[in-house]
Amino acid sequence: MTDSATTPPRQPMAALPGGEVTEGGPMLAADGRPLKHSLNRALRREKLRAFLLVSPLLIFILVAFVAPIADMLFRSVENQIVSETLPRTVLALREDENLPEAAPGEPVYEALYTDLFIAAEYKTHTRLGSRLNYESTGLSSLFRGTGRDVGRFDTDIYTDQFIEAEPALEDPVAWSNWMADDDIRAALPQTADVWDAWVKLTVEANEDDPLEEDVEDFVYAALYRDLASGAAPAGFPDVDVSGFETVSIKALFEESDEDWVDPEVWQVIETYSPAYTDGYFLNSVDMMNGPDGGAEWRPEDEQIYLKLFWRTMWMSLAITVSCIVLGYPIAYLLSTLPLRSANVLMILVLLPFWTSLLVRTSAWKVLLQQQGVINDTLVWIGLVSDTNRLTLINNATGTMIAMTHILLPFMILPLYSVMKTIPPSYMRAAKSMGANDWTAFWRVFFPLSIPGIGAGSILAFILSIGYYITPEIVGGTSGVFISNRIAYHISSSLNWGLAAALGSILLALVLTLYWLYDRIVGIDNVKLGG
Amino acid sequence: MANGSSSEAFVEFERVQKSYDGEKLVVKDLNLSLPKGEFLTMLGPSGSGKTTCLMMLAGFETATHGEIRLDGKSINNIPPHKRGIGMVFQNYALFPHMTVGENLSFPLEVRKLGKSEREKKIARALDMVQMGEFKNRRPTQLSGGQQQRIALARALVFEPELVLMDEPLGALDKQLRETLQFEITELAHRLGITVVYVTHDQTEALTMSDRVAVFDDGRIQQLAPPDELYEKPQNSFVAQFIGENNTLDGVVEEIGPNSCLVRLDDGELIDALPVNVTDVGQRTRVSIRPERVESNIERLHPDAHTLPAVVQEFIYMGDTFRTRLKVAGHDDFVMKTRNAPDQPRLKPGQEIRIGWLPEDCRALDP
Amino acid sequence: MNITRLLTASTALVATATIAGAEAHSEMADEMTIVSWGGAYQQSQLKAYVEPYQEMHPEVTITWDESSAEAVAKLRAQNEAGNVTWDLVDATAADAMRLCDEGLAMEIDPDEDLAPAPDGTPASEDFGEEMLVSDCFIPQIAYSYTFGYRNDVAEWDGKQPESVCDVFDTETFPGQRSLEKRPHNNLEWALICDGVPYEEVYDVLETEEGQDRAFAKLDTIKDETIWWSSGADTPQLLADGEVVFGSTYNGRLFSLIVEQDQPVNMMWDTQSYDLDGWIIPEGLDEASLARVKDFLYFATDTQRLADQAKYISYGPARKSSAPLVGEHAELGIDMAPHMPTNPENSEGAFVQNYEWWADYRDDLDAKFQAWLAQ
Repeated sequence: MTDSATTPPRQPMAALPGGEVTEGGPMLAADGRPLKHSLNRALRREKLRAFLLVSPLLIFILVAFVAPIADMLFRSVENQIVSETLPRTVLALREDENLPEAAPGEPVYEALYTDLFIAAEYKTHTRLGSRLNYESTGLSSLFRGTGRDVGRFDTDIYTDQFIEAEPALEDPVAWSNWMADDDIRAALPQTADVWDAWVKLTVEANEDDPLEEDVEDFVYAALYRDLASGAAPAGFPDVDVSGFETVSIKALFEESDEDWVDPEVWQVIETYSPAYTDGYFLNSVDMMNGPDGGAEWRPEDEQIYLKLFWRTMWMSLAITVSCIVLGYPIAYLLSTLPLRSANVLMILVLLPFWTSLLVRTSAWKVLLQQQGVINDTLVWIGLVSDTNRLTLINNATGTMIAMTHILLPFMILPLYSVMKTIPPSYMRAAKSMGANDWTAFWRVFFPLSIPGIGAGSILAFILSIGYYITPEIVGGTSGVFISNRIAYHISSSLNWGLAAALGSILLALVLTLYWLYDRIVGIDNVKLGG
Repeated sequence: MANGSSSEAFVEFERVQKSYDGEKLVVKDLNLSLPKGEFLTMLGPSGSGKTTCLMMLAGFETATHGEIRLDGKSINNIPPHKRGIGMVFQNYALFPHMTVGENLSFPLEVRKLGKSEREKKIARALDMVQMGEFKNRRPTQLSGGQQQRIALARALVFEPELVLMDEPLGALDKQLRETLQFEITELAHRLGITVVYVTHDQTEALTMSDRVAVFDDGRIQQLAPPDELYEKPQNSFVAQFIGENNTLDGVVEEIGPNSCLVRLDDGELIDALPVNVTDVGQRTRVSIRPERVESNIERLHPDAHTLPAVVQEFIYMGDTFRTRLKVAGHDDFVMKTRNAPDQPRLKPGQEIRIGWLPEDCRALDP
Repeated sequence: MNITRLLTASTALVATATIAGAEAHSEMADEMTIVSWGGAYQQSQLKAYVEPYQEMHPEVTITWDESSAEAVAKLRAQNEAGNVTWDLVDATAADAMRLCDEGLAMEIDPDEDLAPAPDGTPASEDFGEEMLVSDCFIPQIAYSYTFGYRNDVAEWDGKQPESVCDVFDTETFPGQRSLEKRPHNNLEWALICDGVPYEEVYDVLETEEGQDRAFAKLDTIKDETIWWSSGADTPQLLADGEVVFGSTYNGRLFSLIVEQDQPVNMMWDTQSYDLDGWIIPEGLDEASLARVKDFLYFATDTQRLADQAKYISYGPARKSSAPLVGEHAELGIDMAPHMPTNPENSEGAFVQNYEWWADYRDDLDAKFQAWLAQ
């Protein structure tokens, strides 16, 4: 941060000696320039210096923190994959009026044929399938399966008929000449578009020379559509297509998979065709884009995120509170002990930091499970019967216990460092004035330790909201947090958009809570130490 | 050395001992009693046990042995908050999360006083220290001197009969300290309260107190009014600790009731007043205040013994001259003379003779 | 042997088919990063494939990365960053399918890239359709999810469970169970034990009612179930006596029962087959790719796959490897009876439908998690 206040503005030496006032004019420096200018110039150097000093950190923060967060926010709404993979289909869908009652008309399938053919060559169709499968089950295999078929669609009847009618149409060199002619391109818009895509594909994906390759069927299909609609450009072979045998591409798609004529499938494609979507965010709050385009609740048996957000919040709060309850007395003891004994105790406090997660988790299991040490002891004492052993792990209790243990140091350290700065004479003064131990503590010591509680709570709460390894291991099903779902979508389902949306909501929640805290307690009331 | 108990003693320490570790005594057999209304200062170097005594009186430390009495009652087992003793701390110990008014209100609230009564007492206490208009400020918005005035007001607001002050002026600059020294003594005498004041600053002790208890090594070395302490130190520790002092070592050669002769280690003979010496042949350390050293030996009794001295350094200090001399092998012997027209300004290297009245040179323990 | 191997290897490389072996060799990268699962499984790969390969090619250094569990996400991240640092990744069939769909894994041609069986059967036939589930997937082993149970449970009155449906019978076999915290297998087992024949499982599971039926069956044991997410959980839970039944990978149970000698028995009934194998990340440079293909050609041949079974009880993916499976390298016991593919064990085995799961995993996972959270 380029806070010039942190470096005290030194008086610019050049401007000092000759400071004098000209009549009615500004104060001038020794060299006759206005003093303000000299001062600004001198300060600019200071600022630049300050900026240069912090710039490594600034760059680091930008690269390692701001950029990923921005990327996450972007991902949570980004949805260009549909319009990028199926550009023509998306355009054609806009023209189509059959949805949502019936499957779209032939032009949409013609566009889809071109798009899917190209996508299959680039192998991007499966990726799109995975993306759309998040919204509607079955689209993954629909795209994968038809991607395999689309190259073998029986559209070569156009190719054969064209070449029979005009053999020159077989020659890729002739094609490239025609397609260099602006008039022909204007008259045959679909053909030109598809030709360009084919050339690009041949060069990029297959690394071939388009002048030596057979022109693909879908180019002839496009040509047929252009010519059938009455185009007759000068300089292009005059072929009469009125007698051509035709094929319904819609039928070909239906043949490949009958889901292609399911209006619901098309509804999903249309809903997610814009470049940006609120779908991920809706999903994050257990909603979805309904068939009528409006947001609606997901089926009850798929609602989980709101529940998890709520659970994450209250459990984090409960963990924070138990950290305060357990940590406060320890911190108090630490702050009153002589330094040497305090250090020994501090090592015990810091021990959780030094043990690996694996060791700690195993320890928790050994301790907490039903055949574990705690239950065994309770049964042995007779507090619990052997058949009614307590369930202390693989549920919310397990998460609470383990997380409290892990986060305790984060509570104790700020508490300790704040308590350490409260002079013992305050308590003595209070007692000398007639306050008993409790009053002295409650009226004097406790209020002064609140900044430590604040800092510790913020640390523990925010860390706990984002924790996922421990809840995953000891939380069972009722003790997992929203971060576990985020981790799942990042590493397992690969639904990064949803993970990003969940993460963004979590971030917003944390910031809101922080803001609330600032409003209620005041953020300058947070101290990590003296 | 220390006074024994008296019938009108308000605060009394009787054979009090204190040890923290069970091996070493920090307070050894302390006997002290002070009457109501006295301003007593405990003076001594750090670690001498003075603060421990204060804390035992306040109740924050317990005596290992012996009894402490307040107004005739033993308070050994009374917790601090029931002793009703006001206390002022070195770092003021004002509660930063409360305003000045709330700070003063605190002792009244725990005594469950009504609001109007509290207000009245707070106003009175603040006026007493001329801080009336600062009631709603926070301690951090006040200067050190102002904070200490508030701390004082807070210690007095519940009208204790005994107030303890633990180096209350230690953190202030000299001028402020002098002003407050005066204010505190004046206030204490006006209110008639008993004050036990701890300091390591001898000037403070001398200017403020009715009596001073000089602490060293866990014992009271001397308990006396300031003038007596300065003029008639009972032992060489007190002599050296209070004020500036020259010391010379030697052996008692002749001894009478009011004077003795001491043969210094380099062979010179001097006059002295026997204080801690009783027999001829005893080793002794004599102590002479710099301002009692006379360089104009004609002013002395003709029989007086004099010493040769070589001027090492002459410092002009305005109202006085300070001359460092080499005497009997020591070159840190200091002579202070008033700046008077007839007083010669000595030059380094100059050889002179010096002497003193026998009663100004006290023969103490070695 | 060495030279002929080199020549065979180079014929496998389309571009260098006509160039002399030595030259082809010089175009191969000398470093290779292999991603695997760590632990005993990775050890078996080291012993069976990597060490023999390095013996032949001492110049090759191999770096292991134990990230297979997060392979899909990491590979995607590497791909997005434009810096793929892995050369060969061990992945489950389902992951391989997803990587292939995402364009993150390279398509391979089994007959061209993989060695034929010793009798000349082409690789595609030797592995077979059921193993080559994705165009990018090079199968190594067949493993199975199956149940282990404690054989010393007093409450069972000496009865031993025989079928997977005994897991759902909490009256005859009381005690805690452990199941994986994923819908896979659990839903299938639930339906099978609810009376659905094997071949209809996925048809039923496709319907809303079928899903409800599966969840309803799981509901009957939900309160007695600990849900695991790491393969090491169930063996530990079984060993501690914390659960009486637990599903996990058969190899984990093998080491629990045979190597650690715990009072646990294996239940092969309705074991659910899964596959594990290699994928080559998309976007390798030519030299690295040449090395990887050379290594793969060697590491997936009949003998190597059979060798792996000496170290771990997973079935080799090639049909031709099965007769070559020998004894455990250290314990000296015959490994064949411990293979999930052993005829005696594979009777009643169930085969997961990866293609189906690719479609339904998002939907069913949401339902499964919501069900768990209830």
